[in-house]
Amino acid sequence: MSFENSTLRPDFSADHFALLDLPRQQALNGDELGQKFRSLQALVHPDRYVQAGDAQQRLAMQWATRVNEACQILKSPGKRALYLLTLLGFDPQVESNTAMPVAFLMQQMELRENVMAARAAGDEAFLEAAHATLCRDVAESHQQLIELIDHQHDYTAAADLVRKLMFQEKLLHEINDALEAVTS
Amino acid sequence: MALLQIAEPGESVAPHQHRLAIGIDLGTTNSLVATVRSGMSVVLSDEKGHPLLPSVVRYTADGNVGVGYAAEPWKSLDPKNTIVSVKRFMGRGRADIAHSETLPYDFVDAGGMVKIKTVAGIKSPVEVSAEILKTLRLRGEAALGGELTGAVITVPAYFDDAQRQATKDAAQLAGLHVLRLLNEPTAAAIAYGLDNAAEGIYAIFDLGGGTFDISILRLAKGIFEVLSTGGDSALGGDDFDHRVFCWIIAEAGLKPLSLRDTRLLQGHAREAKEYLSQHGEAPITVKLSSGEYVDLVLTTDIFTEITRTLVQKTLSATKKALRDAGLTIAEVRGVVMVGGSTRMPQIQHAVGEFFKQEPLNNLDPDKVVALGAAMQANLLAGNRAAGDDWLLLDVIPLSLGLETMGGLVEKVIPRNSTIPVARAQEFTTFKDGQTAMSIHVVQGERDLVSVCRSLARFELRGIPPMVAGAARIRVTFQVDADGLLAVSAREQTTGHEARIEVKPSYGLTDNEISEMLKESFSHAREDASLRALREMQVEAKRLLEAIRSALISSGGILSVDERARIEVAMGHLQSVVDSDDRPAIDAAMKALNDATDEFAARRMNQSVQQALAGKNIDQVTL
Repeated sequence: MSFENSTLRPDFSADHFALLDLPRQQALNGDELGQKFRSLQALVHPDRYVQAGDAQQRLAMQWATRVNEACQILKSPGKRALYLLTLLGFDPQVESNTAMPVAFLMQQMELRENVMAARAAGDEAFLEAAHATLCRDVAESHQQLIELIDHQHDYTAAADLVRKLMFQEKLLHEINDALEAVTS
Repeated sequence: MALLQIAEPGESVAPHQHRLAIGIDLGTTNSLVATVRSGMSVVLSDEKGHPLLPSVVRYTADGNVGVGYAAEPWKSLDPKNTIVSVKRFMGRGRADIAHSETLPYDFVDAGGMVKIKTVAGIKSPVEVSAEILKTLRLRGEAALGGELTGAVITVPAYFDDAQRQATKDAAQLAGLHVLRLLNEPTAAAIAYGLDNAAEGIYAIFDLGGGTFDISILRLAKGIFEVLSTGGDSALGGDDFDHRVFCWIIAEAGLKPLSLRDTRLLQGHAREAKEYLSQHGEAPITVKLSSGEYVDLVLTTDIFTEITRTLVQKTLSATKKALRDAGLTIAEVRGVVMVGGSTRMPQIQHAVGEFFKQEPLNNLDPDKVVALGAAMQANLLAGNRAAGDDWLLLDVIPLSLGLETMGGLVEKVIPRNSTIPVARAQEFTTFKDGQTAMSIHVVQGERDLVSVCRSLARFELRGIPPMVAGAARIRVTFQVDADGLLAVSAREQTTGHEARIEVKPSYGLTDNEISEMLKESFSHAREDASLRALREMQVEAKRLLEAIRSALISSGGILSVDERARIEVAMGHLQSVVDSDDRPAIDAAMKALNDATDEFAARRMNQSVQQALAGKNIDQVTL
């Protein structure tokens, strides 16, 4: 994430997991995250400080922004993994390490071409099917991440998987766009 | 009931001090004002008992302005000077306006937001909207018997930044203190959710006169969390009228119409549509000023056929919103219908079929948004009653991004991010010694700048000269709780704060607004400076009160010295607050804010820590 908290005033020394009072691990209970997120927002949201002074209002906005940021990162398994790896002192090298298994890349490229063709042809059924398959793949990657990070502590393998996941998520996004274009 | 009342965090209202606050639904066709009285949200009617104010403004040569029912009869008699559906022009350029060829106005296109030439001069949509808001403000003040603390004004959830900013500017021009811009479907969700103690996932389907919104919310223990929103800020009942209007022209084989006849026929088209909601068919008989007769019957089948694509558009947006929320239809507990246009049986039927359940129609679709806005206004004004504890978490409807090389868009904040939200992006220079940089902020979902909305252009100046690629310019986007964007920039290697010049693409500059303010005051013979002074005094007293109560509840976290410093600053502000010396009050307020900066930060940290220590939220006090 390119956003740094250094420009913000409040005590942001706590990491996202600590802020939301969640264990520092890849496995996460979504309902619990939602609950913690809402309780914290109930406390710091600017709407609670409309009658307070400027200083307090500004702070409330910064806090609420901070809580939203933390939740947004923890909610996404890929972003959560990246963040967690960094916290654990491991550099996932998302920007610098672009090496990928050739077979995986070929497969991704082929899928993408098929999606583009289906979009052009208005083939909703194909897109729906591709969407479902990819969702399953992504969900499987999410499970693997938990295994690799929380249990095997194999951060190198986890970082490789996150990079793959980013490809998959981007493709999923493209399928969504294609579905939107086809159905509207 | 002798329950003890405990002030909530950041708030400090003595029980007897009820602050006057209103909620305004600034609609395309009709506008309303509501307030909370004795715990009940009620719509305020005019002296003749009309709850609705038609969103119609008429300008006359003598400088008078007619609003609402006073202006409505002039729609076809004086079409050039009688502005209807002005909401469609807010924050919009000339080229953005649909069917503008059938509109009677003399548009002035000088780039940016479109303006309209009237007998009373050139008017911006912001000024026209301000007339409607002013009328509602006066209605509110008359009904409540005093000066207002502030107002919550609703906007379509799918409004972009320029449209939101235009609405806020209009409120300022109308002399309203905006407590919050609130999304219309969210307002409806508040009214519905609080009335029915609803919990779970709800969809709010809001089809108004000119806009369509779909919002998916999670209602849980007093928190209204918007999960996603979608829509079309140029799709509403007007478009259904237009389809009928076009059908009449085609069926009756009419020659090109005069402005008067166009308005006349538009009125009949709308009446036929409304009649059709109650009856199987609607007769349309009109005698035009050209001498031509129209004698047609519009049946439900024909109407369904000619409006099919419009209904389809609402369903596509609904599908997309569900997908964005990561939810399926089966997870939606209820679908709340909002907006007058949901009275159309076609819409009811299509929505029911889509969600596989009967839509909820137990609230008046015309009033529910205003009622919800009033509840939020009441809460934000500090009139929170015990058990009246709820919070809204809303999202931005459209992604925000920046133009990069080749006319492409780099998304900085994706749509449906919970607000407030901040995100930063780094850029570098392209040439050696480059000292300025131009940044173009856009809003929309597409990858090409040309198909996104242009929001503003920024010029960064004063970048220290370096070799190409060495400078690191960090541009930060911050979207506040109103959904409004602010942008700042800083050169990272030297810490140099680059100067930003903002040129809003479809907005008004600060100068234009202050000119309009001046003009409106000279007209109303109100004293602008006196009002500004009064507003500042109220603001100062509010600050004093807030800090006084903060000192009582958590003064313990301050050292004796720190406390003394704050008290000195308070004493100083207290000594000037009732004077008419605006600069002195302003300076004293700034000084007090500075003096309490650290105090505020510590209280906030303390309360968060207390919450994290496992305490229940309602046990925590600041």
